[in-house]
Amino acid sequence: MEIPELIITTVKIIIVIFIILTAVAYYTFAERKLGGWIQDRVGPNRAGPWGLLQPLADGVKFFFKEDVIPLNVDKPLYVIAPLITLIPALITFAVVPFGNRVTLFGHTIRLQIADVNIGILYILAVASLGIYGIVLAGWASNNKFSLLGAVRSSAQMVSYELSLALSIIGVLMVFETLRLNQIVVHQGQMLEWAPFLPRWGVFVQPLGFLVFLVAAFAETNRIPFDLPEGEAELVAGYHTEYGSMKFAFFFMGEYANMITSAAVTATLFFGGWQVPCLDWSAFSPPAAALIQIASFSAKTLFFAFLFIWVRWTIPRFRYDQLMRLGWKVLLPLALLNILVTGAIYVVKNA
Amino acid sequence: MLETVAFYALAATAVGAALLMISRRNAVYSAVFLVICLCAVAGLYVMLNAQFLAAVQVIVYAGAIMVLFLFVIMLLRADSPAEGLETLSFQRIFGFVFTVILLFQVGAFMKTAAPGAPAGGMSQEALAASNTEMVGELLFTRYLYTFELVSILLLGAIVGAVVLAKRKL
Repeated sequence: MEIPELIITTVKIIIVIFIILTAVAYYTFAERKLGGWIQDRVGPNRAGPWGLLQPLADGVKFFFKEDVIPLNVDKPLYVIAPLITLIPALITFAVVPFGNRVTLFGHTIRLQIADVNIGILYILAVASLGIYGIVLAGWASNNKFSLLGAVRSSAQMVSYELSLALSIIGVLMVFETLRLNQIVVHQGQMLEWAPFLPRWGVFVQPLGFLVFLVAAFAETNRIPFDLPEGEAELVAGYHTEYGSMKFAFFFMGEYANMITSAAVTATLFFGGWQVPCLDWSAFSPPAAALIQIASFSAKTLFFAFLFIWVRWTIPRFRYDQLMRLGWKVLLPLALLNILVTGAIYVVKNA
Repeated sequence: MLETVAFYALAATAVGAALLMISRRNAVYSAVFLVICLCAVAGLYVMLNAQFLAAVQVIVYAGAIMVLFLFVIMLLRADSPAEGLETLSFQRIFGFVFTVILLFQVGAFMKTAAPGAPAGGMSQEALAASNTEMVGELLFTRYLYTFELVSILLLGAIVGAVVLAKRKL
């Protein structure tokens, strides 16, 4: 790698990490505010105008709280578990494209940190490691409620990871590539059988999208699948014994995961940075890049909003219902989706 | 230069984690070190331009199978064996003998086979560009029968597990 390239990549990483961390802070604010509105309350409105400085106040509070480590915990794993949750949540974003290429000052810059050839598999791989934070936190806390949360979450993750991966296979079959930017480029055309619709993943893979969305909710531990936390029966599940900044790391990890999930959903099924019926050559490169980033951000924000919307609307599943849904409904549907996609592919190319 | 450093770092991590894995008394720690070892090996795959293999290694072994291991360890509370109680103590002798045999085999392999091993027949550039496609092509042409045999084996295992787990079909 040459020096300018190295600098460009470093700058991209810093910007993306900064944006994600800021977004995480305001995502928690949005959660509380929107949750308030959905339940006909006001929501946080004390710190700053409309409560806008609330995340800042929360952050300061987390920092200055005493960092207590309970006596009977398994100290090394107890300390490292929050980091194991947060770091994979932050680095999954590395392969998500937030725009196409743009030429600035003689350098072609990819609006994506790394365009690795395994693309979507990288996200699945890193996301599958994040679960260790929850499992190890629950075990290291030496508390039966935490342990139950950890046991639940390990079973839940394995069950839904399967459906999640299988639902993506349909997308890969249609777009014939693993690279996320290529997948987005392929979504730029219009559909053959319905020229008024863009060739987005959701229109060519409706069933796959449904399975993916449900599995994504389960993978991010959100209601209706937040059984590892399950505050009604498990106190606070895996993070019962955590406080101050360590708890904040779990919290940030969860919200960073949701942002990444929303971004991946937008990328795979809603055309990523594409805008339907827009001719990119009509714009100057920087303007096109800005529109692409705006389009990608708007779609991501919508799915981020969906996470909040669902959380404050739907009650939690019971554990046996969760397992039944995962293995007896989602998995067969995901397999059926692959079969149908394959059949259509064969008929079309015959 | 950078590659050499990365290789030795990954190799040392893999070997160190493997040693820690077998020497911990606590099963949860053993599982954690095995995960670290698997991830380091995945890093070695990336250095060999086998990104697909690396991703699958992490998804399947580190991300799914080891989570199930942890699940079982936690569910059975098998994390800390009772003090002074060691069943199957004859395992130590077997373990020692087999380790010596394995070391000799590895040594012999490093002395003879490694430098003369045939190259894979794929260029570095092609591998970097379309790794997954090439693995897929090989699986469905040259190794088709092996591939299908393995799928039948796995299917048999799934059916067997369902039959064992269900009292009434």
